[in-house]
Amino acid sequence: MANFQEKIAKLFPEATFEGEDMLMISIPDAKWHDLALTLRDDADCSMDYLVTIVGMDWKDSLGSIYYLMSSKTNEMVGVKVVTTDRERPMLHSVADVWKVACLFEREVYDFFGIVFIGNPDMRRLFLSIDWKGFPLRKDYAEQNEVSVENERQSDMTDTYVELPDGTIEKKEVAVFEPGEFVVNIGPQHPATHGVLRFRTAVDGEEIKKIDVYMGYIHRGIEKLCEDLTYPQTLPFMDRMDYFSAHNYHHGLCIAIEKAAGIQISRRAEVIRVMMDELSRIASHCLFIGTYCMDLGATTMLFYTLRVREQILDIMEKTCGARMTFNYDCLGGVMQDIAPDFQKDVKELLEVLPKNIKEYNKIFTGNVIAKNRMEGVGYLSREDAIAYAVTGPSGRASNWACDMRKLRPYSIYSELDFEEVTATEGDSMARFKVRMREMEESAKILAQLVDNIPEGEYCVKVPKVLKLPVGRWFTVVEGCRGAFGVYIESDGATKPYRVKLAPPCLPLAGVVDHITRGTKIADLITIGGSLDYIVPDMDR
Amino acid sequence: MPYEAFKDNEYIEKLVQQLKDSGTNVIVGSLDKLINWGRSNSLWPLTFATSCCGIEFVSLGAARFDMARFGWEVARASPRQADFIMVAGTIVNRMAPVLRRLYDQLAEPKYVIACGSCAISGGPFRKSYHVAQGIEDIVPVDVFVPGCPPRPEAMIYGIMQLSRKIKVEKFFGGVNRQEKQREFLETHPVEGVED
Amino acid sequence: MQDLSTITDAIHSFLLSFLPGWLTTTVECVLIGVGLLLVYSLLALFYIYYERKVCAAFQCRIGPNRVGPWGLLQSFADMFKILIKELIHLNHIDKFLFALAPYLVIIASMLAFAVLPWGNGLQVIDFNIGIFFLVAVSSIGVLGILLAGWSSNNKFTLIGALRSGAQMVSYELSIGLCVLTMVCLAGTMSVGGIVEEQADLWFIFKGHVPAIIAFVIYMIAGTAETNRGPFDLPEAESELTAGYHTEYSGIHFGFFYLAEYLNLFIVAGVASLLFFGGWMPLHIPGWDSFNHIMDYIPSVVWFIGKAIALSFIIIWFKWTFPRLRIDQLLSLEWKYLLPINLFNLALMVCIIVFGWHF
Repeated sequence: MANFQEKIAKLFPEATFEGEDMLMISIPDAKWHDLALTLRDDADCSMDYLVTIVGMDWKDSLGSIYYLMSSKTNEMVGVKVVTTDRERPMLHSVADVWKVACLFEREVYDFFGIVFIGNPDMRRLFLSIDWKGFPLRKDYAEQNEVSVENERQSDMTDTYVELPDGTIEKKEVAVFEPGEFVVNIGPQHPATHGVLRFRTAVDGEEIKKIDVYMGYIHRGIEKLCEDLTYPQTLPFMDRMDYFSAHNYHHGLCIAIEKAAGIQISRRAEVIRVMMDELSRIASHCLFIGTYCMDLGATTMLFYTLRVREQILDIMEKTCGARMTFNYDCLGGVMQDIAPDFQKDVKELLEVLPKNIKEYNKIFTGNVIAKNRMEGVGYLSREDAIAYAVTGPSGRASNWACDMRKLRPYSIYSELDFEEVTATEGDSMARFKVRMREMEESAKILAQLVDNIPEGEYCVKVPKVLKLPVGRWFTVVEGCRGAFGVYIESDGATKPYRVKLAPPCLPLAGVVDHITRGTKIADLITIGGSLDYIVPDMDR
Repeated sequence: MPYEAFKDNEYIEKLVQQLKDSGTNVIVGSLDKLINWGRSNSLWPLTFATSCCGIEFVSLGAARFDMARFGWEVARASPRQADFIMVAGTIVNRMAPVLRRLYDQLAEPKYVIACGSCAISGGPFRKSYHVAQGIEDIVPVDVFVPGCPPRPEAMIYGIMQLSRKIKVEKFFGGVNRQEKQREFLETHPVEGVED
Repeated sequence: MQDLSTITDAIHSFLLSFLPGWLTTTVECVLIGVGLLLVYSLLALFYIYYERKVCAAFQCRIGPNRVGPWGLLQSFADMFKILIKELIHLNHIDKFLFALAPYLVIIASMLAFAVLPWGNGLQVIDFNIGIFFLVAVSSIGVLGILLAGWSSNNKFTLIGALRSGAQMVSYELSIGLCVLTMVCLAGTMSVGGIVEEQADLWFIFKGHVPAIIAFVIYMIAGTAETNRGPFDLPEAESELTAGYHTEYSGIHFGFFYLAEYLNLFIVAGVASLLFFGGWMPLHIPGWDSFNHIMDYIPSVVWFIGKAIALSFIIIWFKWTFPRLRIDQLLSLEWKYLLPINLFNLALMVCIIVFGWHF
């Protein structure tokens, strides 16, 4: 890491460095694009995976923090770029360096009004076209009413180009060519897995282009968190990706505990990990069911929900709820496990292999299912990294991106499990990776179920929790990919900024790329196999 | 389900009382009964889910809770063919016009169930800048099902309350519910849509 | 085996005793019309209930059980509701064609009902090209679907209608060739004649290999003809919301809904006619007492029972298999089913010419 820092310092004398566990580079905006290219292409750095862009409002200045990760060395760095212009804040885009940045920059523009020069598509992402103000700025005041009038539609998008003499020019670009047959799929559509909207240009049955609209379930969780104390922010994690409720809770808890220096007991760690893996099985079960339903095999849903119900029973006994558990808390877990938790888990482990066998028998081997899935929606490894497609979808493209292995947290480093990857990169591979991940999760559960150590399930945490001034970034593995949590504290009881980097946002961003030239029916196959959860991407 | 098993519901009791007071024609009354029997026993939901509650709605259809027992499993994807919207999940500013449009697209008789605390009041997101404070300002609601998310049992109870409410409607002559609905639509107009 | 034509003949002579000839015919027409409509709607309601129960059984559920005993009245409740549900008037559509389409679909299946062999002597009309007529009228349905999709002025319905057009026209070929294969064996196109031919043995046994091939192809093509899973692309719910009937509400949608189930019955009915002897009881040459016992079961029960058993297979398909994609669907027909069918026809001709059938 040290020589890496020296190298950057030599190439970019303007850069300043800070941070202890994770390097944070500050760079002026003018040099940022060059630095980005160096970071990505230099053999020592090869920071090819953009985890997230955190938009920031420091009251006197606006800026973005880019979190980068290397797919080779698993090192992470942060890059901070700041502008002091609050009226017309502008930064240079890195959409040409990391493809996923295009989407992330739109999000920052939406929330903070920072315009990215060179981004081909500078529209709002979550909020409607006529939305007034930028909600995550600290001086934002409520000024938008709920309306039942249809929102204004536009086929044009803005892009800002820097001319050779340094002036910035705004240009309007058409999203769709005139005369294209555009079918609107969503937001209320059975196959979009929630309220996502695809404007799809088709030629007969063939898809030419897809324009994704999000924000139909954008609830502003990040802004809400700024008004709440640290423990109060936790329940929102249940309502983002409601299938990875435990995993997301875990992520935020780790971030806050790391910042506050809380050491939790081993019993709590084991319980947390077990809950994470149970969620993963339940989530993948539901994925298989809904995916098969998307493909027309409705009956599979009922067989997979059977296992899911069994897992929900286990969780309900311990957590007291079926979906929004709010189980992981600061210092451990909310309650001790139910008396027959271990017995129930063992029962589950017994029936799970039989069920997986049954699923394979009914669906995976079916010739129609094979024809529908094999070779459909191919995503190469390079594209998976460039579009930041993590989780099972990324692993199906042979990118080992499991955060449990790459940056082990909790007790994952001690556990014996395999990171499931596939080389095909098509829908079938994404489906099979999830099937096998269920087996791996079961393996983890089998290792832990008899080894839950005695001890307290929750350590004492001060009632009023204040974090020291600073910023923390943690990545955990949700059921659908890498879930990043960014917390910035100004020393108060409430966070200054919470940024939740969901895995599903890049998943939706890659849909356009992999569906081009496929059939309408393939859009459903591909969308289903990516398995995005809309409330997760919208937050 | 026996009548006593329902929790006391003043609203419906009042409706029944009102009906008894005004008296019913024998022929029209029995026709009404037949129609209401059909309507209340055949409630087809629109497949509409925005967030967590939608997943519980899926569970409701699955083997353990099996809403098919009541004949509710014919979930239609097209609003033209559905009878009620189960607003399962948060409704945000951007979704509000869509929900209203879906409601306008439903064919009469149409009903709305607000499912979960988000749809009732905004729930945990009430203070957000982009969440509707309950869907009552957007569409007229017939039944509220509280919970975050409500358990499938609660949803069954909610839909049964709706079917109970339909049973005391009048198709011929005065229509209890539709007057209220008309009133709502007059006070919450949408440009360019005729009711 | 009771010949039901004695009853119909009795009614005919009874009417003729006090009515002039033309009026008798009119009254009989009305009677048959009413009778068919009644059977039609009752069958459709039964089929809706049947499918819901069968599908529930496949999915480890119970299915409708609250409305009436065992939920038997569930589909009646549904029909009452659909009957009085609002018909939404849409702007920017072709109003005439929009209203016409559901009737075309329903008429197509009504007409097919006329030539089905319901029982011994219980057939509306038995003319020498009965089976040809059946194939012809069942293809009117596709016109209704095309019109429905096109006149709705909606992109989903348009895509659904075009898919349906491509699909139905292709699979009509397979159905036609299967029918032709069996007509070769029967030597007649009259529905009554085909049933009579199977008096000693059903065609599926008589024609052995080619008949079984034809039966399998017929079931596949028949499923595709009825737009049911795994060939339900025109109304693929997860892709096109409700496909070609997205914009239809109330009883207009009800017609499509009923016609889907009736078509299922017709396909199963024709399969039972061509391969399982129509209303003809199971007869095995040489087992005279067995044949005699079989004759005691009324012919109507035989026909409807066979049709229901065969539709069970089609329902089974739907709830098991995932859906095909449009290009796979068409290549299945044109690259596999059609050549096999042509070969099968030639095989059948050889078998008849050399007298290798039973």
